[in-house]
Amino acid sequence: MFLQLNDVGKTFEDKEKGKFEVFSNIDLSIDRKEFVSLLGPSGCGKSTLLSMVAGLEHATSGTIQLEDKQIKQAGPDRGMVFQQPSLFPWLNVRDNVTFPLKSTMSKQEAEKRADHFLKMVHLSRFKKHYTYELSGGMQQRVAIARALAMDPKVLLMDEPFGALDEQTRHILHDELIKIWEETQKTILFVTHSIQEAIKLSDRIIVMGTRPGRIIADYNVDIPRPRIRSDERVIEMEDKVMNLLKEEINKVLKEELNDELEYSY
Amino acid sequence: MNLNILIKRILFLVAVLGIWQLVFTAGILEEIIFPSPTSVWEALYNGFTTGDFLGALGASFRHLFIGLAMAIGFGTVIGVILGKSKQADETAGMYLIAMQSIPSIVWVPLAIMLFGFSEFAVIFVVVLGGTFVMALNVRTAIQSVPPQFIRAARTMGTRGISSFFRVEIPSSVPYFMTGLRLAWAFSWRALMAGELLSNGPGLGYSLAYAQDYARMDQVVAIIVIIGVIGAVVDQFVFSKLEKNVRNRWGLS
Repeated sequence: MFLQLNDVGKTFEDKEKGKFEVFSNIDLSIDRKEFVSLLGPSGCGKSTLLSMVAGLEHATSGTIQLEDKQIKQAGPDRGMVFQQPSLFPWLNVRDNVTFPLKSTMSKQEAEKRADHFLKMVHLSRFKKHYTYELSGGMQQRVAIARALAMDPKVLLMDEPFGALDEQTRHILHDELIKIWEETQKTILFVTHSIQEAIKLSDRIIVMGTRPGRIIADYNVDIPRPRIRSDERVIEMEDKVMNLLKEEINKVLKEELNDELEYSY
Repeated sequence: MNLNILIKRILFLVAVLGIWQLVFTAGILEEIIFPSPTSVWEALYNGFTTGDFLGALGASFRHLFIGLAMAIGFGTVIGVILGKSKQADETAGMYLIAMQSIPSIVWVPLAIMLFGFSEFAVIFVVVLGGTFVMALNVRTAIQSVPPQFIRAARTMGTRGISSFFRVEIPSSVPYFMTGLRLAWAFSWRALMAGELLSNGPGLGYSLAYAQDYARMDQVVAIIVIIGVIGAVVDQFVFSKLEKNVRNRWGLS
């Protein structure tokens, strides 16, 4: 398998509150070139799981392997796009994209590469701009270009469009699909939006909470481009929504101390 | 700058000078303790044409630049250590604030006992004046590097010492600039305290000298010079630099 998670678990230890298990026994196999979404309510550990694939956090138990090599720390073979663009404000757009390339190639080569990917995200005109001059959507595009420029084996995206307005989000969805088709990258995409997951992915891994676990693994067999009014899309949305309703209720109930029974 | 604001400021200055002249003409106070604006202007003019003030200014700036450069160096090293090591910060961080709260003039007797009435004693006071505030700001700078930047750098294969130089240092620049501005302001005050009690040369020494000879016009003239230099350097050098950097770093 290309990306393989075996029996992965994560437990946080807090001196005051004691141990807290985010999830355990997560098994997941992902194929090359697959676009997979991790979907779930807040607190299910989907972002933690993604951080573990990135190598930013360690698994308490189990193993994560990329092309049969165990993941021990973060590295440029896994590009990550965070919810906050996390661009460096002291560098201009192009220098942000060449940042990860500096150590492995010459300046000209790095800049050529950066320009190629900036063109892919339609920001060629802005390569000399600084981040404070860009909108949120533009910043996130730069972050995508920066991750792609490293030519990673897998692209990890942690709610990358969560902080953007509706319109910008839809535009970026379409662009991401184009980029994915063009670059043939494997993408692991974390989201809490059912529509976003259905619109983008080949496969949706639905996670439940308390404790975090995988509750469903759907293939999305709807041809792209997917339109929200498409019957198959609506049908799928209902199916996932029904599955998640219980999980969301569980979270709300806990938060509101069982004062209210919620039903959607 | 807005022309309107400039006019208001000039009018204010003219008004202050006018009231000053009026009080002087009324003759309520003796001339020896209350000089006229014109005699202060003359003292300024004579001071600069004879070269006395320029010599004193040159000496003061020499003390300041040597002292400030050392303060920035020491302050940066202390600040980085405290910012990077939680152990060091927990152990020594509090004492840094204690040291910073000691007024510079308190160090003068100590400096004189250690180094005599030398220029080195003055520089010593300037160094102490600037070091702690610089260290405090550099510590804050290092501690305020967004964790998100460090995480992002790690996913790009940049960690450890490379991350320190390529991410943490550039990310710290805005706080570093604040540290510079404050270190300058504190050093400038410390310099005057040190020079007042020194054997010269320097602007502070000239001030004490003028006092000894009861030259109130010169005393006021030198105070004006000290005020103008302090304001000009802050406004046109450090505040400007700091503002530009904060803009670029997206902090304002």
